[in-house]
Amino acid sequence: MKNNKRYSIFSLARNARKYHENWAEAWRSPEPKPSYDAIIVGGGGHGLATAYYLAKEHGLTNVAVVEKGPIGLGNTGRNTTVIRSNYLWDESAAIYELSLKLYEGLSQDLNFNIMLSQRGLISLAHNQHDMREIQRRVNAIHLNGIDSEMLSLAEVRELVPILNMSPNSRYPVVGASIQRRAGIARHDAVTWGYARGADARGVDILQHTEVTGFRIQSGRVEGVETSRGFIAAPKVAVAVAGHSSVLAEMAGFRMPIQSHPLQALVSEPLKPIFNTVLMSSTVHVYLSQSDRGELVMGAGIDGYNSYAQRGSPMILEDMLAAAVELLPVFSRVKMMRQWGGIVDVCPDASPIIGKTPVSGLYFNCGWGTGGFKAIPGSGFVFAHTIAKGEPHEIAAPFSLDRFTTGALIDEHGAAGVAH
Amino acid sequence: MLQIACPHCGPRDENEFSCGGEAHIARPTQPDTISDAEWADYLFMRTNPKGVLAERWCHIVGCRRWFNVERDTVTHAILRVYAMGEPRGDGSA
Repeated sequence: MKNNKRYSIFSLARNARKYHENWAEAWRSPEPKPSYDAIIVGGGGHGLATAYYLAKEHGLTNVAVVEKGPIGLGNTGRNTTVIRSNYLWDESAAIYELSLKLYEGLSQDLNFNIMLSQRGLISLAHNQHDMREIQRRVNAIHLNGIDSEMLSLAEVRELVPILNMSPNSRYPVVGASIQRRAGIARHDAVTWGYARGADARGVDILQHTEVTGFRIQSGRVEGVETSRGFIAAPKVAVAVAGHSSVLAEMAGFRMPIQSHPLQALVSEPLKPIFNTVLMSSTVHVYLSQSDRGELVMGAGIDGYNSYAQRGSPMILEDMLAAAVELLPVFSRVKMMRQWGGIVDVCPDASPIIGKTPVSGLYFNCGWGTGGFKAIPGSGFVFAHTIAKGEPHEIAAPFSLDRFTTGALIDEHGAAGVAH
Repeated sequence: MLQIACPHCGPRDENEFSCGGEAHIARPTQPDTISDAEWADYLFMRTNPKGVLAERWCHIVGCRRWFNVERDTVTHAILRVYAMGEPRGDGSA
């Protein structure tokens, strides 16, 4: 295998001449070194982005990403790929907008096409309460300098001609808001792009290496015990989403996290019919059409705690009922695949980024149902926090301490769907 | 879908029930004197185990009564159904 070369029209032509048999591996599979300057636990989007920005922004390249399976097969490969930054509170607006801005330049930055499609995201209102709520949000979001506007019914009809706009429907559409810069991206490409970018800068990506414990001496982390032996590091950063409570318990403290299944499903491929992301909190579904033509949809979490990556069928039934209510044209579309991911939900539906009671041990978790959109921003501020030992100013409000001080950031309404 | 044996109505489908989260969380008996950290632990910190979890369920569209369930969060198997106030399987409160 050749070195990790830059992708370009010339490399494509060069490899086409050799029947595409000589493409280099996108990242190495090295043996673990006995020690690193920092270890990232979790090879999903957040972990890999953190490693990438540690290397790129802070020159910290003696770094390992430790992943129990193959990279990107947890929530990063299971979400509905929606990207947006229309959050209510200032703290959230700052981090999700940083993330969206990084996403906008990410394909160039990573030299890897993440297939970002800023097709706009429409949130529907079905009653007077919904209207007041989305108007309040549009104004608050606008004041933070983020694009956000109300749509007239005529505009909604023009953007989504297949939407059921009948005043006689069970939940008639009475208005909508839109973030035009929102959209979707290819989730696997985000994983692969960050992995390749981090690897090219010297980061070791250790797949099939499961963390079984932390070595902690007098309140300070010294490294991680793994299925491939002990690996030492003065800084350990954990980004494991649904398993955050399990790793926190290994380190001897408690987290305000509940792990729930979040289900999604995709349909058979259809011809292009639907070119925005559509979201409704009242009938409770969000859906978009992927570049492959599949309808991708999701709704709320299952009510019970689970680590099983599957949920109950009644959740899917509600989701499909909502989709057919909004878009009756899809009533005979066949659903092809259905799955669940384990999301880490915080009491205030906002993430936890930063220090823990153990010195040198950092956690980045609690992204709940909306982690994919946050990957670049989360990795950027988490890398800063790890490198400097102090929280990045955008990450600071999301400390674990806020559950003691009471400075919660309540984003329960943020998804436009219940958490 | 889970099938849950309501202690009052017998086995019913999960969509008749509402999950109330972790059981056996006792409200502090000395609320005036405990620290902010102790309040945070009571209000927000949760066990969230990978394995057996003791949790509360309410039969909302049946008898509307609360009870406790021990359930495995990996297999979803329901191991035990017992009354509010009873200790959990390992005897701890």
